[in-house]
Amino acid sequence: MSQHEIALKINGETCTARVPARLTLVDFLRETLNLTGTHTGCEHGVCGACTVLLDGQPVRSCLIFAVQAAGCEVVTVEGLAPDAVGMSVLQDSFCEEHALQCGFCTPGMLLSAHALLQNNSAPSEEDIREAIGGNLCRCTGYKQIVQAIALAAQRLSVANAPTADLPKRP
Amino acid sequence: MTADAPTGFRYIGRRRRPKEDRRFVVGAGRYAADVMLPGMLHVALVISPHPAARITRIDATAALKLPGVRAVVAGDELAQATEPVFTGLDLPKMKRYPLAPGVVRYVGEWVAVVVAKTRALAEDAAELVEVEYEPLPHVIDPEAAMAPNAPPVHADHGSNVFYRRRFVWGAVDADFGAAPHTIAYRARWHRSATVPIETFGVLARWNPATQLLDVWASIQMPKFPDNLARALRLPGSAVRVHFDVDVGGSYGVKRGLKHSIVVGYLTRKLGAPVRLIEDRLDNMRGGDAHGPDRIFDVEMAFGDGGLVRAMKMRAIDDVGAYAGRAPLQLGKPVGAIVGPYRIRSVAYEPISVSTNKTPEEAVRGFGQSPTNFAIETGMDLIARKLGVDRVELRRRNLIRKDEFPYTIPSGSTYDSGDYHAVLDKVLVAADWNALMRRRDAARAAGRLAGVGLSCCLEPSGGNAAFEPLLNPKNETTTWMEGCHVKIDLTGAVVAAMGTSSSGQGHETLVSTVVGEMLERDPETIRVVHADSLGALPSNSPVGSRMAIMLGGAAAGAARKVKSQLIAIGAHNLDAAPEACVYADGAVALATDPARRLSWTQLVEIAHRKFHLLPPGMEPGLQATHVWEVPTGGALPTADGRVQMYPCYAFEAHVVYAEVDRVTGQTALRAYFVGHDCGVMINPDIVHGMTYGGIAHGIGAALYERFHYDGNGQLLGGSFMDYLIPSSHEVPDITIVDHCTPSPLTTFGQKGSGEAGYLGAPAAIASAVNDALAPLGLHIASLPMTVAALGDLLATKDRAK
Amino acid sequence: MKAVDFDYEQPRSVAETCRLLGETGREARLLAGGQTLAPLLAMRLARPAVVIDINRIEEFQGIDAEAESVVIRACTRQSRALADPIVQSRLPLLAKALSFVGHVQTRNRGTIGGSLANADPSAEIGLAALALDAEIEARSATASRRIPIGDFFISPMVTALAPDECLTVVRFPLPQGAVGTGFREASIRRSDFALAAVAVQLVLERGVCRSLAVSLGGAGATPVKLTAIEHKLLDTRLGDAELAEAGRLAHDAIDAVSDIHASAAHRRRIAGALTMRAIAEARDEALAGRA
Repeated sequence: MSQHEIALKINGETCTARVPARLTLVDFLRETLNLTGTHTGCEHGVCGACTVLLDGQPVRSCLIFAVQAAGCEVVTVEGLAPDAVGMSVLQDSFCEEHALQCGFCTPGMLLSAHALLQNNSAPSEEDIREAIGGNLCRCTGYKQIVQAIALAAQRLSVANAPTADLPKRP
Repeated sequence: MTADAPTGFRYIGRRRRPKEDRRFVVGAGRYAADVMLPGMLHVALVISPHPAARITRIDATAALKLPGVRAVVAGDELAQATEPVFTGLDLPKMKRYPLAPGVVRYVGEWVAVVVAKTRALAEDAAELVEVEYEPLPHVIDPEAAMAPNAPPVHADHGSNVFYRRRFVWGAVDADFGAAPHTIAYRARWHRSATVPIETFGVLARWNPATQLLDVWASIQMPKFPDNLARALRLPGSAVRVHFDVDVGGSYGVKRGLKHSIVVGYLTRKLGAPVRLIEDRLDNMRGGDAHGPDRIFDVEMAFGDGGLVRAMKMRAIDDVGAYAGRAPLQLGKPVGAIVGPYRIRSVAYEPISVSTNKTPEEAVRGFGQSPTNFAIETGMDLIARKLGVDRVELRRRNLIRKDEFPYTIPSGSTYDSGDYHAVLDKVLVAADWNALMRRRDAARAAGRLAGVGLSCCLEPSGGNAAFEPLLNPKNETTTWMEGCHVKIDLTGAVVAAMGTSSSGQGHETLVSTVVGEMLERDPETIRVVHADSLGALPSNSPVGSRMAIMLGGAAAGAARKVKSQLIAIGAHNLDAAPEACVYADGAVALATDPARRLSWTQLVEIAHRKFHLLPPGMEPGLQATHVWEVPTGGALPTADGRVQMYPCYAFEAHVVYAEVDRVTGQTALRAYFVGHDCGVMINPDIVHGMTYGGIAHGIGAALYERFHYDGNGQLLGGSFMDYLIPSSHEVPDITIVDHCTPSPLTTFGQKGSGEAGYLGAPAAIASAVNDALAPLGLHIASLPMTVAALGDLLATKDRAK
Repeated sequence: MKAVDFDYEQPRSVAETCRLLGETGREARLLAGGQTLAPLLAMRLARPAVVIDINRIEEFQGIDAEAESVVIRACTRQSRALADPIVQSRLPLLAKALSFVGHVQTRNRGTIGGSLANADPSAEIGLAALALDAEIEARSATASRRIPIGDFFISPMVTALAPDECLTVVRFPLPQGAVGTGFREASIRRSDFALAAVAVQLVLERGVCRSLAVSLGGAGATPVKLTAIEHKLLDTRLGDAELAEAGRLAHDAIDAVSDIHASAAHRRRIAGALTMRAIAEARDEALAGRA
């Protein structure tokens, strides 16, 4: 079996491991590191549940082998909040709009949305739908997700941290 | 929300963040695949490549030689050690085991399982298991399967028909004879399902020291622990199902009983925790979670004005190779067989047919959405035939507000409703006339445009009267739900429910209801999912029942605790309970509110001061309530009339669609739905489920199909070919709420878990057919895919 | 859905890649973006003994503008190409095609060369490359050669590349004059594989078509250049009659496949209609002087 030493940064922390070549990044995150916030939905690159940020870009972690991520920076849903007890503005907005039900697609959805907001501070509805077009959700019909991302964009334009004073949904 | 929303509630019906959401947005949900135990073993499947074959030899020698492989188990071994999987119908000759013993009956059926240290190793070994087959004749088409000489799926059963009965309710023949007009049509609902993004997964650990089987599963299934224990020949007390596992979507299908039997057996055999997580291919072909696959032949008899007097409906349902609960999906629609209409006589002939396909499982609505589609297809056809406006036709047929409670021919009584008001509301919100103008302008510009409409009911409250209806040996007349509420010494309120959740927000439901009853902020109320050993009876979140049943159980338990509090207060105020008022958790004299006992004082007394308790009261503050379904409890009559479900929500959909004349692509450009599910406990949750139900309906109407070729091979078996709507295919949806409280429930609530899905396919079909009408085309087969519409449109091109 | 066990190599140069590919006795697969290969591995439809990961090779990255062409190196990510100002200004047809490729998440990994070498019949990049008369550069341990794109696609997932060859660069010649481009695709959902797709690039001179390239993909085994249309429509003003003729030619020319998503006849109908729409788009763009 082909085994490889890798070192990479995950949610800001350096991590080293010995992995078989065939181990996907999502299986590495979940099974080796116990970072179970990233979910496996199809393992063939369609559903988007396994979306993570790789060097800042949203990618499908079922289509990358862990060995390929050596030297890279990976951000998962566990790394989105500013600290261990809080939530990011985007996460808070998902709660505010009830942008989820079963929660299974949510981490991937959040990372795609997070990447969108990094590049586009005032996305249109079409921009939002395009950004999450590769993340399938079976519960919500997407509406409250689109609303939550729009709300987050609006809040981020006002402030950079979630507080009780942030705009609520009208 | 609207002027119609009931007032007087403190928490119910108000917007508040669902309790569950926070853990999911920070990645702290705990799904079955997230539970990992030391020494855990992994299962991979060996599956049948044949639609029908006899297994002549299985050789696992090479597989067992691979390092890391712990066991290979095939059908004969498992069948000897377990009882057959639960069957809903009375089919003593149809045996179903998780691993096929001797004969396989569909492509993807499990033949053997390989257990290894990792899933990858298990898959490596599964490839090395040698299985020899002797192919048998197979049958894929359900109508062909009904022929007397068809290849038998279960030779012992003697026929491929699992169930057939013709129910007649009312003077059907007389009504048909007297009616000036009739129509006859076929409506086809092809096989699709709700396909959650999380596949089914289960982990089991047998502890020989305690003789206890722990199970963590992504399950949504009534009586799952009992069924699992029975199959494993264990007492129920030896199986502990952990209901605090988050389920990553279900919508009916997460019924992995066979998976759970396999890992339950393996963990006992191997002495290590064993898990089986379906991958997507496992899930689609052998997860046994396909949905209804129906052929409706319908006749309607109606008057000059379009008032439908009678209906004959034959429904053939292709359940695939085995019958679990799925065939019962022909039974539930009996409870709303006339939809929201005043049809006075009905003949209904459900036929459950077996073919060599993946078995069917319960899907959102339990057969109601296909049935609604069949009925609504008729409504549009009648309007077209008589030249009556589709809206007007429905207005004439809808049950009127003053007719409730309204008993339909098949014996169910609809509790309440104002269908005309909801329809009017959605027409106003959608601006029906403007939509028609938009359609006409598009048509004038050469495009195919249509406006669709559907009205339908959501029977809710989840009784199981279809069980005795379709299986006389099954005398189930209760479908109860329980809840336990306690107040601890610190004054904190904890409620325990006895089932898992798959996104419906039950913790929010229970905390809101308990908070309402006890006048405590729901934010402060903890809701836990008791495991199956600690849980009160539950029938899981099926049949749009939890708002009604769990809500009712939680309210009942809270009411008992509240009367304890009042009794303690009254006793210590030297007053009769009737002379006291309860407000904000304190008990005071009605005549002198200054004389009161606070929440803290009441709790202290209950937990510490037995000497201050009323005589005969047990210490502590806790109560259970197990609620029987309102209107439940009766067996069907000899002619098959029964109260199916207690409550009936109503929805009216309006959709604007355009069909590309060449490509056959359908784009939904505007979507409105009027919805009345009584009192909403949490509007965001109800709305969310409705949006999502519509998205499911869009999939069933336009995109999703488990395709089989003539050789029984599944062609839509991955997400490359089974097409789930994305954010681009689901349009912005507008919900218009209306509230007609149910007189049967604690707060006037009705169910809403199947909302949207029940009417969307019919509405979209209506829109597509309106778009095709100028070409003289009609299609009554779902899904209306690009392939189907493209070929249909081509017939018109050639005709030109 | 776990891949078979394989060896993994991560060469640091093109030369090393070619050397590894040239080693005989092991079935090797190059891993670029992996957006097609990884699912094939997961489903065990691909079972290589060794996977050669070329993502870390500097020589494989980047986009260069030359005097008469634009050169895109094999491992350049699709998202980078889509955002690239050179591509946007000088290869508008490729930019249009790229916006139809997958989703943002897959474009962030998927590469230009990987898509070409993968030769999926419905892939947009190959389709655009065909209309643009691109040229593929390939290298082995012992030689290098240039392959005209017209000779590159052999059958589904099969190209003119030899087993020991690796695609290094794709070179797009630049058109001169009043250029217009059109790209039309019909798929079931927005980002699904094309049922049919058409790429068009043309040059108008005072409203008259002096150069025209039409390629069609998704419908058959490989993308095809519709030269009959090019000949027929050259020196016309691309009026309604010519467009209708082009649609007919496209409809009749192609050898379409049937599957659960569309019949062959339907694919031909779509191809015909998209051809008309794409040529009209390109014509109008050239007339508006946008290109």
